[in-house]
Amino acid sequence: MSLEPRRPVEHVIECENIGKSFPAPGGGRREVVRGITLRARENEFLALFGPGQCGKTTLINLIAGLDSVTSGRVLVNGETVREPGPERGVVFQSTAIFPWLTTMGNVEYGPRMAGMGRAERRRKAQRYIDLVGLRGFENAFPVQLSGGMKQRVGIARVYCNEPRVMLMDEPFGALDAQTRYLMQEELRRVWEAEKRTVVFVTNNIEEAIYLADRIVVLSNCPATIKREYAIDLPRPRNYVSPEFLGLRKEITSIMDSTL
Amino acid sequence: MRDDNRRNQYFLVSLASVITVLLVWYACIDVLELKSQIVFPGPVKIFRTFILKLHTRSPDGATLLSHLGASLKVTMLGYLLGAAAGIPLGIAMAWNRLVDRLAKPLFDLLRPIPGIAWIPLFILLFGIGTFSKALVIFLSSFVACTVNSFTGIRQTKDVHLWVGNVFGATRNQLLFRIAVPTAIPMVFTGLRVALGASWAALVAAELLASNVGLGYMIQQSRAISRTDIIIVGMLAIGMVGAILDKILHAVEARVAKGMNVR
Repeated sequence: MSLEPRRPVEHVIECENIGKSFPAPGGGRREVVRGITLRARENEFLALFGPGQCGKTTLINLIAGLDSVTSGRVLVNGETVREPGPERGVVFQSTAIFPWLTTMGNVEYGPRMAGMGRAERRRKAQRYIDLVGLRGFENAFPVQLSGGMKQRVGIARVYCNEPRVMLMDEPFGALDAQTRYLMQEELRRVWEAEKRTVVFVTNNIEEAIYLADRIVVLSNCPATIKREYAIDLPRPRNYVSPEFLGLRKEITSIMDSTL
Repeated sequence: MRDDNRRNQYFLVSLASVITVLLVWYACIDVLELKSQIVFPGPVKIFRTFILKLHTRSPDGATLLSHLGASLKVTMLGYLLGAAAGIPLGIAMAWNRLVDRLAKPLFDLLRPIPGIAWIPLFILLFGIGTFSKALVIFLSSFVACTVNSFTGIRQTKDVHLWVGNVFGATRNQLLFRIAVPTAIPMVFTGLRVALGASWAALVAAELLASNVGLGYMIQQSRAISRTDIIIVGMLAIGMVGAILDKILHAVEARVAKGMNVR
């Protein structure tokens, strides 16, 4: 952290021409991210949409600081990312909530690590538990919750830490279709109530169009930016409106040509 | 309500198995007289001997409860000290490479030596008193606690550590707020294995060298061919072992909430 006064930054997240490769088994290196330049404004909901298993999670990890870039650089709030930090919250793909803690214990985790007093952090956690619709389940352990409820805990936990940026790595990937729709609606509502800069990784095009201000379409292995779409439909969006379906068709068609 | 019914049903099934064994035993010895009561006594005689041993000191010099008390005292001493040393060591070895490298060769050498193999050495060094026995039990408990705590810490999920990192947890917070809670069920497995091993090691130690305790009572009874007291002693060992295990289960259920589906 620098001690100079923080200059106002236009973009909360700036990825400048970043690349990432890993040592491949059997020698050489495997390139998973190539030459990506991305910017996200304050409170923008950005979806990273792409097929396959390659690059998207890595991109999230690079912004989170869980992994380091091979080339280029990542700036959050105008500062180079070197390690993970509380201003960048991550909702992970699998249910990463702690099985030994109750809903309350999980949600208050961040403030607790930061040394906030019990009463204050409880009050704060309660607010986000209410926001994601888990009132009444404060004292339930994860084994007692459904898959959708667990991801709500994960989302509340990140919110409660009040990060500047929320990184979500296919948070609804493990849910059934019905629950997935419900959670998309829920996330839309929560995000509109408490706006944050969000980077949301998904391989589900409906989800991306439903939630995002902007969709960045990635190619597979190595991930490069194929195209960007600004979605300026009013929220809540209708999955079967002509505009929605038109976008869906267009984005799907450029995906098909790359596979 | 329904759960209660089911639990009662299971209890009845368990009770039936115990009663069946008792009945077969009774039929073989008391009814069919396949063996004489002196060589292998029936359940009725065992029960009588049990009642008698509650208040009689002969022929082995102490009542059943004094033997039991002596055995429990030594076991608990060795067991708890073994756990107090083994759990932190297992955790430290799993968490810190230096500690692992330092302790592993010695530990790998000690691990295969069964607790009772130490008995001859300890008798020569420290005599047949409490200290020798407690030391044997300490080693048995220590090894089981170290191994299982180590495994428990190693089960920590990467994604949980990432969450900790993302929330700005310090290295100590990662250990005590993430790795240790992950390890709790395995730590309890270790405590349970250690309890069984301790109790078994104690009886073995008492059989070989002692002047009081359940093992000693059994050994004395063998010398004078009192099969009934031997069986009373064995049953007492079994029952106390089972009760200690139940107590540990109850403690685990309170401490490791949310970690087990049972």
